[in-house]
Amino acid sequence: MIDPRIALIEKRFLKTDESLSEFRPGDTVKVHVKVKEGNRERIQIFEGVVIGRQHGGIRENFIVRKISAGIGVERIFPVHCPSIEKVEIVRKGKVRRAKLYYLRELSGKAARIKERREYNR
Amino acid sequence: MSMGILGRKVGMTQVFDEEGKAVPITVIEAGPCSIVGIRTPEKNSYSAVQLGFGEIRPVKVNKPMKGYFEKQGTAPRRWLREFRVENTSDYQVGQEITVSLFQNGEIVDVTGISKGKGTAGVMKRHGFGGGPASHGASVTHRHPGSIGCSSYPGRVVKGRRMAGHMGSERVTTKNLKVFAVDEENNLILIKGSVPGARDSLIMIRKTA
Repeated sequence: MIDPRIALIEKRFLKTDESLSEFRPGDTVKVHVKVKEGNRERIQIFEGVVIGRQHGGIRENFIVRKISAGIGVERIFPVHCPSIEKVEIVRKGKVRRAKLYYLRELSGKAARIKERREYNR
Repeated sequence: MSMGILGRKVGMTQVFDEEGKAVPITVIEAGPCSIVGIRTPEKNSYSAVQLGFGEIRPVKVNKPMKGYFEKQGTAPRRWLREFRVENTSDYQVGQEITVSLFQNGEIVDVTGISKGKGTAGVMKRHGFGGGPASHGASVTHRHPGSIGCSSYPGRVVKGRRMAGHMGSERVTTKNLKVFAVDEENNLILIKGSVPGARDSLIMIRKTA
C-alpha cells in the first residue's frame, strides 16, 4: 500500500488527461514531445507502435518503436512527464499480448499488426 | 553547526522538475518540533538548541524525563536531539520549529541510522573483490585473501578490515538539495536518498 503522504505528493504530478489511459500496446501513436532549443520551445513528433506499458502511477512508462531509415528505434516515455504534450492514436492494433518484444525480431510484412475495430452496440 | 529539524522518513518516489526530467525524491515528515532546552556557553560550555519531536503517551514517559519536561515547562516529546548553533539568542524554550525553516533549492545535510545488515562479509562490508568464481577456486569465492605478513610481525595489524556487523550506525549524507517544502502537511522533499529505514528518525541540518 502506498503511504498516503507519498500519494499526496505524487498526485500533484499526475496528469489527469484521460486520453493517456486509452492507448494500448499494438496501437500506432504520435507522441508530441516538447523540445527546448535555447530558449525556444517546439513540438517534436515521434510516431511508432506502442510495444508495452510498464509500471504504474507516476512511474508508468510506455515504449514506442519505429523503423527510422531502416533501423529500429525505440523510445521510452514516462506517461506523466510534463514535456509530453499529448499522445495521439493514429491506428488501433489488435494484439494478443501486453509486451510486443517479438516485433524486434520481425521486419517488413511480418511486423504488421492487425487493426482493432470497436463496434458500437 | 547549524539549525535543523527532526523528522521521520516516509519513503521515496519520483516527481518531475520544470524541464520534465524525473527526479528521485525522499519524502520526510519533519516537525513541528518544539525547543525543549537551550545550551549556553556560560552554563554548559557549548551552545546548542535541544529539539523535541514526536508525540508520546504520558504513560510512556519515565519519571526522570517527566521531571525534565516539567522543569522546562514543555509537553513531553518522543525524541530529543541537540543541534549545535553559534548563537542561541534567537531561540527560546517552547518555540516551535517547522519545515518553513528550509526553502526550495537549499542545500542540507541529512543524518539517520542506516539500515542494519547484520553480520556481513568483507565483499559487502568493505567492497573487497573476493576470489575467483571458477578456475579451480575452492571455498575462497568471497574470502578476504591474505590478512597480513608472516612471523614478522607475527600478528594481524590493528584496524584490518574484516567481516562483522554492518549498518545500524549513524550516517550523514551531505549536500543534498531540498526539492520542495510542504508547510501545510509538514513534508519536506529531498532530492536523492537518505540514510535509514522508513519511519526512522532523521535529522535535517542546514549545510554550514
